[in-house]
Amino acid sequence: MTGVLSLLARLGRTVLAALSSVGRVALYAFSAISHIFRPPYYPRELLQALLNIGWLSLPVVGLTALFTGGALALQIYSGGARFNAEAVVPQIVAIGMVRELGPVMAGLMIAARVTSSIAAEIATMKVTEQIDALVTLSTHPMKYLTAPRLLAGLITVPVLVGVGDVIGIAGGYFVATENLGFNAAAYLKNTVDFLEGLDVVSSLVKGCVFGGIATLMGCYYGMHSGRGAQGVGAATKTSVEVAAVLILAANFLLTGVFFSA
Amino acid sequence: MIRFEDVHKAFGSNQVLRGLTLEVPKGTSMVIIGGSGTGKSVAIKCVLGLITPDSGRILVDGEDTTHGDRDAFLARFGMLFQGGALFDSLPVWQNVAFRLLRGALKRPVAEAREIAIEKLRRVGLKPEVADLFPAELSGGMQKRVGLARAIAAEPEIIFFDEPTTGLDPIMAGVINELIREIVVEMGATAMTITHDMTSVRAIADNVAMLHDGVIKWTGPVADMDNSGDPYLDQFIHGRAEGPIEAVR
Repeated sequence: MTGVLSLLARLGRTVLAALSSVGRVALYAFSAISHIFRPPYYPRELLQALLNIGWLSLPVVGLTALFTGGALALQIYSGGARFNAEAVVPQIVAIGMVRELGPVMAGLMIAARVTSSIAAEIATMKVTEQIDALVTLSTHPMKYLTAPRLLAGLITVPVLVGVGDVIGIAGGYFVATENLGFNAAAYLKNTVDFLEGLDVVSSLVKGCVFGGIATLMGCYYGMHSGRGAQGVGAATKTSVEVAAVLILAANFLLTGVFFSA
Repeated sequence: MIRFEDVHKAFGSNQVLRGLTLEVPKGTSMVIIGGSGTGKSVAIKCVLGLITPDSGRILVDGEDTTHGDRDAFLARFGMLFQGGALFDSLPVWQNVAFRLLRGALKRPVAEAREIAIEKLRRVGLKPEVADLFPAELSGGMQKRVGLARAIAAEPEIIFFDEPTTGLDPIMAGVINELIREIVVEMGATAMTITHDMTSVRAIADNVAMLHDGVIKWTGPVADMDNSGDPYLDQFIHGRAEGPIEAVR
């Protein structure tokens, strides 16, 4: 009986701790979003964040999309051959890249590149008292550090996803026309004809949500880092893990919202 | 004047401040001494609102620090952090002029840069340092830049957190002299926390000994050597034996 009670108590504590974490992250997110709209604004920090999160992530997102699109074309061609459906390569590459792989791959690459770097930078600022210094210099860390990064994530990641979608489709196009014998004009026509506005909108909305998740998690875990190098390392690791899982969970939910009907 | 009234602060089960009561008269330099982990930094951070006390009050010129306009309140303070806490991503002059480049005290960029260079000169650094990044500076230079940043907006109250930690004795002496000169010249109220007895003698008008979360002794620096307080005596003479338990 005591063993069962102890197990229940442990389970209860875990659930409470998890719920309290969710609550803290949600409050942090609301506060961060509200600070985007309230002055003072820091345009220099926003510009820097736009550059770091958007422009400098383009190579990694672009290359990931290119190889993913190419591999997808090969897979669909060889898989489709089992039931004489090789011809659907352009359509499936387009729908696969735009609806799913483009945003998800971009989101995960942003989590790896941007979330980790934001978490490590802010956590280091915390352990070296730079965050305290900001406060004593009458600067709100949420406004100066979190709001510009969050806004930059919300703006740039959908653009990155859009560019990644195009590059991914181009990857599939090159593989299909160069290796698999597809006609270039017909491939492009099939791609354009098959894609619908909702596919593109869903892709960009996912990009926006993933950008928000990636930057928020980096900032949240950076701000709540423990002490020393170990604290910075743990904050960085946890931020990427949580961001990646949340991105995949959000992708599932958004796919349901857009396409379940 | 800064006044601590029965301030308590605990972190979990660790009771750090257990009724801190202390008064720092306006325009004087108070140095708080005490062993590591006795709550010296916590006391300073409570004044600035970086840490919220569990109970008790802190008054600055009679006003409770938790009331009123926070930005206006913080604009009265300058702080030199233990490790400098310079912003890695900004060049030295922007670190020094940080407060002058944004917020209520914002000035034109050229003017802010001029003030930053003037403050750098005041702490013994050449104008060429202005465009370097903090990572390119030695520890002593970082402390000087931190000091320049602390005084850039001409604060009424300046806090110094372990100003000489990690510096060689000569550089520590230079920083001590600079602090003393600047505090006298600006007529500021200063509160310093340190373990370094040379700093205490160079900087302090008054000394307070913090132990077990309370002030064990406070008085003018001239009375420190003849206080008759066993805690203070043990600390200033660095004895392993005495009422302060030394872990071996």
